[in-house]
Amino acid sequence: MTPLLDIHGLSIRTGEKSLVTDLSFSLSPGERLGLIGESGSGKSLTALAAIGLLPDALKASGSVRLDGRQVIGARDRDLVPLRGTAAAVVFQEPLTALDPLMKIGRQVGEAVKRRATRDRGATDKASITRKVRALLDQVALPDPDRIINAWPHEISGGQRQRAAIAMALACKPKLLIADEPTTALDVTTQAEILALLARLVSERDMALLFISHDLPVVAGAVDRLVVMQHGHIVETGLVGDVFNQPNHPYTQSLVAAARAFDDALEIAE
Amino acid sequence: MSDTNTIIASSEGRKRRSWTFTIGAIIVGLHLAIGLMTLVWTPYDPAALSGGRLEAVSFLHLAGTDRLGRDLFSLIMTGSRIALTVGTGAIVIGGLIGMTIGLLAAFASKTLDDVLAAGLDILIAFPTLLLAMLIVAASDGASLQTAIVAIGVANSAIVARLTRILTKRVLAMDYITASRISGTSWIGVIRIHILPNIWPTLLVNLALQFGLAVIAEASLSYLGLGAPPPNASWGRLLQEAQATVYTAPIGAIAPGIALVSLVIGINLLADGLRDLADPTRRSRR
Repeated sequence: MTPLLDIHGLSIRTGEKSLVTDLSFSLSPGERLGLIGESGSGKSLTALAAIGLLPDALKASGSVRLDGRQVIGARDRDLVPLRGTAAAVVFQEPLTALDPLMKIGRQVGEAVKRRATRDRGATDKASITRKVRALLDQVALPDPDRIINAWPHEISGGQRQRAAIAMALACKPKLLIADEPTTALDVTTQAEILALLARLVSERDMALLFISHDLPVVAGAVDRLVVMQHGHIVETGLVGDVFNQPNHPYTQSLVAAARAFDDALEIAE
Repeated sequence: MSDTNTIIASSEGRKRRSWTFTIGAIIVGLHLAIGLMTLVWTPYDPAALSGGRLEAVSFLHLAGTDRLGRDLFSLIMTGSRIALTVGTGAIVIGGLIGMTIGLLAAFASKTLDDVLAAGLDILIAFPTLLLAMLIVAASDGASLQTAIVAIGVANSAIVARLTRILTKRVLAMDYITASRISGTSWIGVIRIHILPNIWPTLLVNLALQFGLAVIAEASLSYLGLGAPPPNASWGRLLQEAQATVYTAPIGAIAPGIALVSLVIGINLLADGLRDLADPTRRSRR
């Protein structure tokens, strides 16, 4: 099976400074991969490079094939049709991920309409509204009638993140990139969003690229792990293997930290 | 406790703003109504000699007459129309040129952006009036049109700089990236996200620029570079009244009140407009 996302020898530089060096991994359709590393290790840049949205000041080299198409060096115009259909992204901060001056219903509706136009489906108001409502239902937003007419500042952080997920789903992507989607949320909301992502990914048979600095969070959501430090891959493997036999010192410290936290919880109990 | 205080304070703030909006709308509306009315009716023909020279205020001449014997009230009424025409024209020209350059700079490569930004800074450092005088001097001669174009071009630099900054701020947001990822083109991003987001601030700024344009027009006319006679600009009325300001002060006071009231009205309106255009400042429903 050809991989959905195939990154080979990816390097990202700004001027003389190297941010990501010789990165390679691939992701098959339907597979769930976790990209883990500390802040500034190049996780998010890798995700942006995967869909060709790196800021102009950053130069990428190597090869990124998304759904069989070369992303690096491609013209922006050629990438527009690839985005959304091949991959969609859920961001860390749900407040800035939603346009503050657009009601939730219209915001999700824009994404629905774009996809419908592409599929030459119905773009009349009634069918868009129906699809928006179905999406809000799928991400388990309560009271969709109120949410559709709400401004982003009128709903809670967890609800905003659900709305952002609904927007990503509206594109019907083959790959969902989740860039620290739970970091800005409190612990209970975090668990709900993780469960929601897990359910949606299996229901829709999407591939998932889950980016996080939080090992326990990632471990529950994915099958395979890629551990990054200072722009390099330091370890890859199945979640169970990495957890039980971490090879690299950085991974060992991550696992030890997660264990220490678990132990502290047990003592507290 | 502190939360309750904040909520009360902000709802009072909203009340005050909507109050300023109403007063502003009434004043500007009055000027607009008078300006439109002069198209069909004024108490006297503003260009004709309808009384003695420098007559005092009376029921026949609500603001007296000027040194030629023309009815000042009719002249001031016509002045409303000219002020509003120049203000509107200047805002339309300044807004269109300014927003185009601003958006261009925000999307341009770093070098072009730097060049444009430096150019705008130089233009802004140049006094508006001086720039307008240059443009008037460079054209065939002073007319209503040259005044509009001159003030509009001078305003466009300020609008462009604001548009550039606001656009760059919006472009840095995640929802732009999210929208791009879902396959929106740059044109779509401008239409769907950027314009609605920069519009509230831009609108308030344009309204303030409108007030400045009215003052700039009066200043140009005062210097004889604005609309030539028989256009009765307030600036020209002030200039004509200058020689007789001790014997007939009403000739300077009346156009002065008209000018100040319109500018204050526009500023109040601008203050109130922001809240109408920005849902996050509107009261929660």
